[in-house]
Parts: sequence; C-alpha cells; structure tokens
Amino acid sequence: MSSKTNTGMSLIVKTVTRIVVSVILVFGIYIVAHGHVALGGGFAGGIIIALSFVLLILAFGRNVAVNKISVTLAANLETIGALMFLGIALLGFLKGAFFTNILSKGVPFKLFSAGTISLSNYAISLKVGIGLFSIYLAFVILERYKQGK
Amino acid sequence: MELYILLSFMIFAAIVAMEVKDLFSSIIAVGAVGFCLCLAFLILKAPDLAVTQLVVELLCLIILVRATIKRDFPLVIQGRWVFNTISSLVFALVFISFAYSALKDLPDFGNPTMSIVKKYLEEGIAKTGATNLVSAVILDFRAYDTLGEVAILFGAIVGIMTVLRKTKNENRQDKIDE
Repeated sequence: MSSKTNTGMSLIVKTVTRIVVSVILVFGIYIVAHGHVALGGGFAGGIIIALSFVLLILAFGRNVAVNKISVTLAANLETIGALMFLGIALLGFLKGAFFTNILSKGVPFKLFSAGTISLSNYAISLKVGIGLFSIYLAFVILERYKQGK
Repeated sequence: MELYILLSFMIFAAIVAMEVKDLFSSIIAVGAVGFCLCLAFLILKAPDLAVTQLVVELLCLIILVRATIKRDFPLVIQGRWVFNTISSLVFALVFISFAYSALKDLPDFGNPTMSIVKKYLEEGIAKTGATNLVSAVILDFRAYDTLGEVAILFGAIVGIMTVLRKTKNENRQDKIDE
C-alpha cells in the first residue's frame, strides 16, 4: 500500500473483482427490492450496493471512480433519497395523516405488494447507500489532494 | 450461555480498543466488537438486524481503516488526571444510582410475554401487506423513528462533507498563493 495505490491492486484482484462486482450489485438490488417480503430491506441493501462500488475503488485505484462519480453527484443523489422518503410520508396526507399507506396492500409474498413500504425501501437504500459511499469518496479525494500538494 | 461469552468478549474488546496505544489496533478491536454484536443478534434470533449490522460494520471498518492508515496520533496524557478521574467517578455513580431506580421496575429480559408485539404479529400482514414484519414495523408502524434516523444520517453526512471540503479549499488557496 505504498505508492502503488494509484494504479490499484494486483492482476488477480482485478480479475476477481471484474467477475464478482456485478453479482454483488445485483444481490444488493435483490435485497432492496424484496425488503418487504424476506430478510433485508433498504438499509442493508443500499450498503451492499455501496460496497460494490467501494470494491471497485479498492481494486482499480481511486482515479477510476473519481473520474466517473463526483462528490457533488453523490451528495445530490443522497438528497434525492431523503426527499423521496419525506415525499412518501407527505403523500399520506391524501388519506388523512402523515405516513398513511395510501397504495393498495396487494397479495402477501408477491414482489409488488405492501403499498408504500417497498417505495420507502428504495428511498432509504438511495439515502443510506449513497450517503455512506460519499463519505468514503470524500476520504479518497481528500487523500488525492494531499498527495498532489 | 453463548450469549454471555459473547457479551463478555465484547466488553473485553471494547476495553482493549480504548487502552491500546496504536490507533490501527484500536480500530481492529472496534471491528471485533461489531462482528460479535452481529453474532449476538443471530443468537437472539434477529437475522434481519444481523444482516444490517454485518454490512454496516464492514463499510464502517473500510472507512475507518482508510481514514487512519497512514496517520497515527500520539496519545496525550497531561496533568489534571486527579480531577478527571474524580469527576468521571462521580458521574458514573450518579448515573448508576438513577439507572438502578429506573431499571428496577422493568420486566425480565425476554420475558414480557409479548404484550405489545402480539398485536403486530397478529395484525401486521393484514394491516400492511408486508410479510417481513421488521420492514412493516420500521416503515409503517414506527415510520417516525425512521424519518428521524434519516435526518440524523443526513446531518452527519453534511457535517463530514463540510469538514473535509475545507481542506480542499485550503489546498486551492495554496495554489493561488503560489
């Protein structure tokens, strides 16, 4: 971990990452989408999605990710997640009170059921995952600025 | 029985994390506490919490290691240790006395015969349509708590961004000065 961090880790790590990272991403999306049916939910799934991006940064070096996603974009996405959750809560006023489940309940054990609970899962996954990922990104960028000095 | 072994190991690891001189070893000890907490959730039959705890602990450890891997802060022990020790002992005594009088009336651990939870278990699926009752509780019955959590996380991330962005501006200032 001396000066070679700029170009990432060894070839073995890069090859394994190339295979594994998409599987981790899909597993995170599965956990988020099935949060109201089985184990998991927005919190865990969002962080699994963030961990797949963290794995990319660790394996391929920081320049790969920093050129593609900026801290501003991450902060904007995180704010969108928070506002989405608040919007879902405010939608409850259409039927009377804050956080009322206004959509139809659907059939249990189906993917599209439980009304606003699954929508809240998506919002929370955006909020938590992108939020913690942006903290990591901020550390990475800070280190780059210090080395460039 | 396993739970008590785990809990005592967690307390031991937390003490190690405080007492050890090296910052990196301290982070490893904090990680041991977190993963033992994950196992404790599994023993207490709360797999949903265990998944979340495991994943959060992983990401937090990565962030902490990245933040501290090359800098080591020396441990500062200055004078006034008599005052510090006495004041913390006094506060601990006050807290313990209040906690004793407050916790005396609580029911035993795991033995309240499900007075509140029973309603959620019986009517949860009919009222929300979600088969994962943890999701149903945190996003429907107790959604205010989740909103507060989201607000706290938002504030924390905004604070971290502000602190880290400042050094970036200082760097830019240096370049202008040159």
